Amino acid sequence: MAKMTANILRNFFAKRATRLYPIEVRPPFENSRGELYNDIDQCIFCGACALKCPSQCITVDKDQATWFCDPLACVYCGVCVEACPVHCLHQKTTYRPVCVTRETIFQKGVLKEKPKKKAKVVAEG
Amino acid sequence: MAKMTLPFGPQHPVLPEPIHLSLTVEDEIVTQAIPALGYVHRGLEKLVDIRDFNQMVQIVERVCGICSKIHAMCYVQGLEELMKVDVPPRAKYLRVMWSELHRIHSHLLWLGLFADAFGMESLFMQCWRIREKIMDINEATTGARVIVSVNVVGGLRCDVDDTQTRWILSELDEVEREVRRLESTFVNDYTIKKRTCGIGVLSAEKALELGAAGPTLRGSGVAQDMRQLKYAAFDSIDFEPVTALDGDSYSRMKVRYYETLQSIDLVRQAIAKMPDGDIAVKVKGRPEGEILSRVEQPRGELFYYIKGNGTKYLDRVRIRTPTFANIPPLAAMLPGIELADVPIVVLSIDPCISCTER
Ligand code: SF4
Ligand code: SF4
Repeated sequence: MAKMTANILRNFFAKRATRLYPIEVRPPFENSRGELYNDIDQCIFCGACALKCPSQCITVDKDQATWFCDPLACVYCGVCVEACPVHCLHQKTTYRPVCVTRETIFQKGVLKEKPKKKAKVVAEG
Repeated sequence: MAKMTLPFGPQHPVLPEPIHLSLTVEDEIVTQAIPALGYVHRGLEKLVDIRDFNQMVQIVERVCGICSKIHAMCYVQGLEELMKVDVPPRAKYLRVMWSELHRIHSHLLWLGLFADAFGMESLFMQCWRIREKIMDINEATTGARVIVSVNVVGGLRCDVDDTQTRWILSELDEVEREVRRLESTFVNDYTIKKRTCGIGVLSAEKALELGAAGPTLRGSGVAQDMRQLKYAAFDSIDFEPVTALDGDSYSRMKVRYYETLQSIDLVRQAIAKMPDGDIAVKVKGRPEGEILSRVEQPRGELFYYIKGNGTKYLDRVRIRTPTFANIPPLAAMLPGIELADVPIVVLSIDPCISCTER
């Protein structure tokens, strides 16, 4: 009985264990792996992300300069972010908001004049 | 009363996962139990045909939604041995740290579910409240709560710094304090003892004969734990398997409860002994040959068979999870108990059906 009273008193003065969720949101951790986005202006359409992605949800078209991702197939592992040679892929710390239609990410950029390609030719030659 | 056959599952309130038991009962006493599996087969092993061995790390993590880190660890340790990669020591200690954190949260989850199974709702909430701290540690250090995705062939993808380790240690102190507060309830409570003592007894001989694994085996008094194989950094960490002698549901619960406390200590040891240095090495080449890899999952021995053929696609990955090993012992425990105790006994092996069917 004494133990129970102590417990009741402790719980009475203790901080709430839960949050009033939609009103009170826990700030995300600094390196949480959330929503994926591509800074398309920097993308060089090399396709490294599409090659490495374990769920194969990225499609890159080099000729059209398009980058496509199906976020419902993405597992937010962050492998593509690490694979990107120009670091144009990023993950936010928050999750994607709930959606009612099947949204996909389709981005079109401009093809860059590739100094890299020239360098390659030189290297090959 | 005449014999009757009752279905238990595949949908049953006591566990969210689909296992079907065909129970033959006579006067409410179970006389025979025939398990049936195959409701959630996902064909993950077959994906080796179209995903390369690096991508498979993320796939094997998804075999289990609780101990994802340990699946990936088992897989990459196998590949590293096959490809003769020397993993940096810091990565080994970090692997121990994260795998033990996974064990703590898995055991707390199970203790909560078990409490719920014998009707102690508030105890269930306490366990899950404590567990949330571990999930926060996981998310803050790796970026995700459950599927942490830290392993790669050759090491790890992320490191922890000093501020984080200090924070982990202080959180663990609190977790330990709170888990210890539950000790008197879990170990001494009259109701819990009444519901679990002497229910679903599995003798040590029978456990060995039927190939039980993990806490189901250790609850019968057999001190066998895959961590004794000294994989990762377990060779320099003090470790003694936790056992209990009676082989009933109460013993299995006690083993898991004390393993939670033990794992907290193992995380502390891993952090204390962790050397500085790199966390990954570059891996060259393709896996060729075959290998067996075994680690201890919260539910018992996890076993991977990997066969490579020198290309980036593996020939075969075979996964045997501990629940698969624990189902024959379960079928042996059930006869002779009352129908009302079946949920307790089924839960006492900590079944993880989705990972068994992969
Ligand atoms: S986060 Fe992972 S699953 Fe998602 S697109 Fe990148 S590599 Fe693919
Ligand atoms: S890896 Fe980076 S640069 Fe290459 S296609 Fe993907 S997003 Fe673009």
